Amino acid sequence: MKPFDFVRPATLDEALAAWRPGTAWLGGGTNLVDLMKTGAMAPDRVVDVTHLPGLDRVEVAADGGLRIGALVRNSDLARDADLLARAPMVAEALLSGASGQLRNAATVGGNLMQRTRCPYFMDPESACNRRDPGTGCDARDGAWDNAAILGHSPACIATNPSDFCVPLAALDAAVEVRGPDGAREIPLSGFHHLPGDTPAAQTELRPDELIVALRLPAGAADFAAHARYLKVRERTSYAFALASAAAALRMEGGRIAEARLALGSVAAKPWRVAEAESLMLGQAPDEALFARAAEAALSGAAPAGGNGWKIDLARRTAARALGLAAAGTPARMPALPASPFGPAEVPAHA
Amino acid sequence: MSLSITLTLNGTERRIALDDARVTLLDLLRERLDLTGTKKGCDRGQCGACTVLVDGRRTNSCLTLAATLDGARVTTIEGLARGDALHPVQQAFIDNDGFQCGYCTPGQIMSAVGLIAEGTAGDDPERIREGMSGNICRCAAYHGITLAVAQAARRMDNDPAGDAA
Repeated sequence: MKPFDFVRPATLDEALAAWRPGTAWLGGGTNLVDLMKTGAMAPDRVVDVTHLPGLDRVEVAADGGLRIGALVRNSDLARDADLLARAPMVAEALLSGASGQLRNAATVGGNLMQRTRCPYFMDPESACNRRDPGTGCDARDGAWDNAAILGHSPACIATNPSDFCVPLAALDAAVEVRGPDGAREIPLSGFHHLPGDTPAAQTELRPDELIVALRLPAGAADFAAHARYLKVRERTSYAFALASAAAALRMEGGRIAEARLALGSVAAKPWRVAEAESLMLGQAPDEALFARAAEAALSGAAPAGGNGWKIDLARRTAARALGLAAAGTPARMPALPASPFGPAEVPAHA
Repeated sequence: MSLSITLTLNGTERRIALDDARVTLLDLLRERLDLTGTKKGCDRGQCGACTVLVDGRRTNSCLTLAATLDGARVTTIEGLARGDALHPVQQAFIDNDGFQCGYCTPGQIMSAVGLIAEGTAGDDPERIREGMSGNICRCAAYHGITLAVAQAARRMDNDPAGDAA
């Protein structure tokens, strides 16, 4: 690991003032410290923001939405009663990610900034346009087959591996940031960038800005009774997704009044397709409908190398997540959150 | 640069000068403080052998920069027993053959103490296996580990004061 200056500001203003080029913000460290060990990230200065006051709380806003501080730990958020009442699939996604130890350390802000698990990004000896612009992409002809199937470019085929961000995208969350020029809010839908020609510009956040909170709109609660996150992995627990889906339905009189569907680990951002959601409106839930919605969600999918299997997998994962959502949110968090090996869902018929 | 932190380590306050901000809690414990019960497996947060409690919560000491821990309370495997009286989780690992080679065991035990304190798994084997998935055992003593955590969870439920965490 390259040596760095360590700065521990006491206030948000001090933290922002401590920024200079080459600075990394340190939250739980579960991703950053790991990447600093491999050398994929080599900041000159690390600013430890974990002690900044006031950012470790979940608050109910005046409009009934939630404001989740950037320093809330994943494990605490997953157990938060206000979150569970409004957006249980966010808790399910959190609990399907990483391990108990990592969830105790990982923060909300850090998870939004989580880097790809592309092994060529994590290995500083490999060519990677995302890590070192202009060096090329060893993943393209490489041995990694969990690459993107949507939104990838000749420059980069990385995926965003976050579980958390998938239901957040489905529920229209927004990211509250502070920088030298003041505060602004970035919709989650625009927070992560597709790679295009500039994959190094991974998010809308500028390097001198700091995430202070996540906002979940009040309307998220309308889906609480029919919302699931489903995650398919190479082993039952403690693995990144091959494909995942957050599905949420607002039911009225046995018909779908509103639908949300976002896919994870298929692109450099959580993937939402308006057409996939709108075609379910007014319909009674059933398998054929969910298959059509899943088909629409994967519209335009193309393999990046030998990962064509992910297209089928993601489509089936999306359809099944919708079936689980239609069956209803379980009263208690499943023993295996987001797992396809949980209790079988009730068949999704009206 | 010179940094200093104060830790409450296994109940004793320690003032520690760090000459390098790169030092992880794991390396601090093993290389500076002679607490070698905490093991280094992968050093990447993937195996759980380095698990300790920070402020009562289980965490991977290999991914924790020591400099971030000023004022924290750290409990390692050396801090669990009360004199000759083993912690209920330690005793349960012995009673249930929860190990073979033993290398992952300190991390398994600290993780189990943390899991039981979280209170979400109880003695349900499936929830215990899920809750312990951040600890890899290459000898595959998982069956005994699951039984041990369930036994300890039941005992500590009856005797919460036995929780040294």
